[in-house]
Amino acid sequence: MEIKEFIENFVDQFDDLELADVTPDTVMRDLDEWSSMIGLSLLNMAEKEYGVTLTFDELRHAITVQNLFDTISNKQK
Amino acid sequence: MENPFTLTGKTIFITGAGSGIGRATALQCAGLGATVYITDLNEATLAETLGMLEGEGHQMYVANLTDDDALQELVSKLPKLDGFVSNAGIIKTILTQFGERSDVERILNINTVAPIRLTQILLQNKRFNKEAAIVYTSSMAGVFNGAIGNGLYGASKSALVGFVKSLALELAPRKIRVNTVNPGITQTNIYNNTTITPEQLEEEMKRYPLGRYGRPDEIASAIVYLLSDATKWMTGTNLLIDGGFSLQ
Repeated sequence: MEIKEFIENFVDQFDDLELADVTPDTVMRDLDEWSSMIGLSLLNMAEKEYGVTLTFDELRHAITVQNLFDTISNKQK
Repeated sequence: MENPFTLTGKTIFITGAGSGIGRATALQCAGLGATVYITDLNEATLAETLGMLEGEGHQMYVANLTDDDALQELVSKLPKLDGFVSNAGIIKTILTQFGERSDVERILNINTVAPIRLTQILLQNKRFNKEAAIVYTSSMAGVFNGAIGNGLYGASKSALVGFVKSLALELAPRKIRVNTVNPGITQTNIYNNTTITPEQLEEEMKRYPLGRYGRPDEIASAIVYLLSDATKWMTGTNLLIDGGFSLQ
């Protein structure tokens, strides 16, 4: 898994977010469109795209996009 | 005065009896004088339930309810029933856009197809006494309200409500009653190994007017009520037990 591809998938969960607006350091909850539904969407994405089942708790502890990427990569191992 | 809520002398078959609402129902049925036949996929927890039952003559059978051969074999071991509680079920939170055919099939197979197939096979084998009672564990979800990511679960549980309406009519000539219980969130292990965490459940609990989730024994009491002679004139209904959640 690469961060670039991950960010593409991440952005895909939002309606109005542009790829250019997101870096690994982006704080997820600061994004305008952030909602609990986006959160669930990211959990479902982790399962479908990366075969990893995350809990809401693990999502809550991930602050930046990089954090979420790391959490998913660690669980893939 | 004769107690209309007793189950003395009744034979009752319960699925999903290894834990949660199914186990609580088995305990109450046995405690109120019934002989119970219990089934679950998990042998260890089922045996645990069996060991907790008051009285004699209870039986357990491990079975995978999504397999037709297993259902036939299970039903062949059952005596004539005065009560059938179809309770086994699973939950999965998934946004519609992420659903695959496999997700749809898994939830519907366990929550909808298995209860319907089991009912069909019980009827084909004439396993119900006259005046028997059938109770399905449906849900408030999909029937009384919706929740984000809960479409498949809601579909699987509300399908039972639709099924019950016709079955109640078909069995009415034999005075067999068919009803559902529709619980709100109940403290069982159905949320283990899902994306839903204890912390999230804690948060959601605040939305319940009665201030907490249901306990398995509280849903079991409603099931027992529908199994008992107290409800001889109730059929085709959906008994909502949700701490007031659906009022809002």
